[in-house]
Amino acid sequence: MTLLAVERIKLFSTRSPYWCSALAIVMGIGLTAIFAAATDGPVPLGLTQIGSSQLAIAVVLVMAAIAVTTEYRFNTIRSTFLAVPNRTSALVAKTVVVAFIAGLLGEIIAFGSWGVAKVISPSSDLAINTSAEWRHVAGVGLVYAIGAVIAVAIGILVRQTAGAVAILLVWQMLAESLIGIIPKAGVKIQAWLPFINANHFLSMGSDSPEMGGTGVDFKLSEWGSLGYFAGVAVALLVVALVVAKRRDA
Amino acid sequence: MIEAIGLTKRYGRTVAVDDLSFTVQPGRVTGFLGPNGAGKSTTMRMILGLDRPTAGRVLIDGKPYTELSRPLRTVGALLDAKWVHPNRSARAHLRWLAKSNGLPNNRVDAVLEAVGLTGVAGKNAGGFSLGMSQRLGIAAALLGDPKVLLFDEPVNGLDPEGILWIRTFMQNLAAEGRTVLVSSHLLSEMALTASELVVIGKGKLITQSTTQEFIDRSTGNSVLVRSPQLFKLGPLLVDKGFTVRDGADGSFSVSGATSDQIGDIAAANGVVLHELSPQRGSLEEAFMQLTGDAVEYHAEIGK
Ligand SMILES: Nc1ncnc2c1ncn2[C@@H]1O[C@H](COP(=O)(O)OP(=O)(O)OP(=O)(O)O)[C@@H](O)[C@H]1O
Ligand SMILES: [Mg+2]
Repeated sequence: MTLLAVERIKLFSTRSPYWCSALAIVMGIGLTAIFAAATDGPVPLGLTQIGSSQLAIAVVLVMAAIAVTTEYRFNTIRSTFLAVPNRTSALVAKTVVVAFIAGLLGEIIAFGSWGVAKVISPSSDLAINTSAEWRHVAGVGLVYAIGAVIAVAIGILVRQTAGAVAILLVWQMLAESLIGIIPKAGVKIQAWLPFINANHFLSMGSDSPEMGGTGVDFKLSEWGSLGYFAGVAVALLVVALVVAKRRDA
Repeated sequence: MIEAIGLTKRYGRTVAVDDLSFTVQPGRVTGFLGPNGAGKSTTMRMILGLDRPTAGRVLIDGKPYTELSRPLRTVGALLDAKWVHPNRSARAHLRWLAKSNGLPNNRVDAVLEAVGLTGVAGKNAGGFSLGMSQRLGIAAALLGDPKVLLFDEPVNGLDPEGILWIRTFMQNLAAEGRTVLVSSHLLSEMALTASELVVIGKGKLITQSTTQEFIDRSTGNSVLVRSPQLFKLGPLLVDKGFTVRDGADGSFSVSGATSDQIGDIAAANGVVLHELSPQRGSLEEAFMQLTGDAVEYHAEIGK
């Protein structure tokens, strides 16, 4: 509990988390506003979360990675390990705080996007009724939180901002969707890629292909995909913690 | 008390610290002396559990650092004043440190007061001068009111006033019964600060002794004698077993004797003295001689 408070003080006593949060909110909700305004006729629910799940998530991943890499950059990680020699607890506390904030941001952006679409297009049927619809909107926070764990793990492993950010952005925004280009094997591989599975979790079933999952033959249910995404995150974090424990600070 | 036993650290093929054993006792300032690259910082990082020793171990009051619960209450360290986030205020920096070791917030104010940073506590640490950063580092080290304190080259780059302040500060900490280990590559600085020395070169222990002993041993005391009756005094001193060398302007340089002894002998034999002054070789020279083979980077002068 103490360690969570420590990480909270650390995070909120610098400016970058505020900037990243503001940027993520503006980009996520802004994109939805543009889509909603440009749409003739009713706005489908599936359109409201493209900004949150495809664009703003990248900013949140960057924020999560930076929370770790700045500690390495300014050597405050050494001050941290001096104060808390149990590196695993110190880093787990940081991961929990960052993931919690990412999750909160996810919900703010998801429901903010939904709200802004409703304001711009009052006549659209944007009611959230089915469990798939709930998953589609409220699930964004879960995806952000788990994504943040991956970002923190990458940050711990790489230890420098430019490298960690490059890996995360290329991975999340490019690499996984590019693999789909490979004939035949591509979609089979994609069924096991973490961020594609995260999008599968957010999708509202086969009838609404706007949220990823196009043509991918998933072996898991939507919730199974989320579990798989979380499993990858935890595995990466465990590797990062073991490495951090063994190497010189 | 700090106790290093066979401490060794290798980075790839570089042996930074080589089978180093020493102890640091409470109640006095112990200087950790060695030329650049000798392994002082590496040793301190190992003492604090930041770097993992390749071999050997180091104990603080009988325990490795990593096994201390709430370590800031036992050990305070200033390894590098730049280990702060430049956009975080001095107070916030101390506040998270205090929180992590269950220290009350009034400790933060107390240490800020002690180092004279109260007025700038709300300012970002990135804007601090070197002297202010150093003070913030010391404030962080003092936060848990620890029994053991480590400072790595704390006076590097400071002005004379800052140097004097830190020196007095460390001596006061030791006088309160704390264990204080402070590293430096300057013997002249250590001579003024520390009463005990651990001297290393190329990662190996050269000697551990009191500062006085080390200086006496390495500089070889001599006494300069001027007298119109040197012809009479010389043989008397030689008879006593002292070494007498001719100096400039008809003076003598006597080694092995104190000025008291020479004065007594002169008086007892009715010899007139015009000058009797103890001479001390340059500390830096002596140090270089001692660590001569143990300097990591030789300056290639005149080549
Ligand atoms: N992380 C590291 N990786 C590789 N080599 C290192 C590392 N840290 C220190 N060294 C090497 O170990 C040796 C000792 O370095 P160290 O910094 O401990 O010396 P020092 O006595 O503190 O020197 P200075 O007076 O310059 O601060 C040097 O040869 C240095 O290059
Ligand atoms: Mg050093």
